[in-house]
Amino acid sequence: MTQRLADSHAAIERLLDAAKALPKPAAFMEICGTHTVAAFRCGLHSLMPANVKLVSGPGCPVCVTSQGDIDMLIELAQRPGVTLCTYGDMLRVTGAKGSLEEARSGGADVRVIYCSLDAVKLAAAEPKRNVVFAAVGFETTTPATAVAVLEAERLGLTNFTALVSHKRILPAMRALLDSKQVNVDGFMCPGHVSAITGYATFATIVRRYKLPCVVAGFEDVQIAAALAKLVELARDRKASLENLYPQVVSRWGNRRAQNLMRRVFRPVDARWRGLGMIPDSGLAFRSRFSRFDAQSRYKITPIDSPEPPGCRCGDVITARCTPAECKLFAIACTPVRPIGPCMVSSEGTCQAWFKYKRQGKSIAASEDAVATPSQEARL
Amino acid sequence: MCLAVPAQVKSCDGNNAVVDLHGNRVRVSTVLVPEVKEGDWVLVHAGFAIQQLSAEDLKETWAVLDDLEKKGGGL
Repeated sequence: MTQRLADSHAAIERLLDAAKALPKPAAFMEICGTHTVAAFRCGLHSLMPANVKLVSGPGCPVCVTSQGDIDMLIELAQRPGVTLCTYGDMLRVTGAKGSLEEARSGGADVRVIYCSLDAVKLAAAEPKRNVVFAAVGFETTTPATAVAVLEAERLGLTNFTALVSHKRILPAMRALLDSKQVNVDGFMCPGHVSAITGYATFATIVRRYKLPCVVAGFEDVQIAAALAKLVELARDRKASLENLYPQVVSRWGNRRAQNLMRRVFRPVDARWRGLGMIPDSGLAFRSRFSRFDAQSRYKITPIDSPEPPGCRCGDVITARCTPAECKLFAIACTPVRPIGPCMVSSEGTCQAWFKYKRQGKSIAASEDAVATPSQEARL
Repeated sequence: MCLAVPAQVKSCDGNNAVVDLHGNRVRVSTVLVPEVKEGDWVLVHAGFAIQQLSAEDLKETWAVLDDLEKKGGGL
């Protein structure tokens, strides 16, 4: 324990030291919701010097899912005979017709699962139900969906399908940089996405955009060390790719997982909240597996749904504004009554700010908002 | 969503393994890391072992998790 504290201390010292010699203020982007929360939780933001910022990018799968995809999911859950299986993260995200949680209280069969294979088991155990798996997540989670689909194929299940909203992180990073609306001086790369893809994936960002990329773990020491490394690279004007999570991440990643993903899915253009349509950033079933595609099975098309009025989640996940700059933040939009997905998700930037960086903003107002449901209950 | 936790493999059975996840016995799929065997450490994400780990890296991770638990922090 003492050693760990000493390591954290050393990492922060390095960070402060390197920051003194920065030619100009620098902002680095983390693109993993788990990093967002871990950095806040360990207090890293409060230890950072004024000229270094760590901003959140499109790294929370719930937050980047387009409003149209969410509406499609909720509509599907309400169809008779459908059992919708979802990871818990998606349950409270609000669409045009409420959330999955609300659909469930209205009678829809929505079940929270921990593992994609649970949905397959459910389909096998309940052949009269049409089981739809809400497949969201980045490369860390996608192999689990591929395995589930292959298992459903092996079992010859006809009542299992998946609504696929999986995303690929690299095309989004490129789209963000190409949009030129965001100025970052480097990336803290997602450790567990990299465990699957390999850290070599990010070499293109270093080469093409001349920005340093550092793969980071999720403990306080690892995040602090990664940030210190980024500041040092910015100070030295050096764009390089560093892997500071070698115990988990290798150069080429988990080949078996990559092969399974490739076997089942092919890259397609996908719509992201805040970023719009990004070429090759999503995944769709290869034709051999098209019978597992919930979208074609249930003849459902993505609706071009507007985002909730006033909600700036799209700007928040692309670092074009901070949660505090959103007029709804901590007033109309709170974790109890979230309006946008960044406040719903436990890994959303808005929820992390609400918990750790509210800094006195409208505390009274937010407490009012929290009190509202019970007031309604009394009425 | 990309949260993953280390666990030790207690027994293997084809594409599945029972792992010790900080005192809990959990059944996970080893399809993505077929080479793991009893006693190995793996990183578990959403019911799947996604990567094999070396044992010495893990003491530190559990020290952090224990510390959080003592302080009453959630995971």
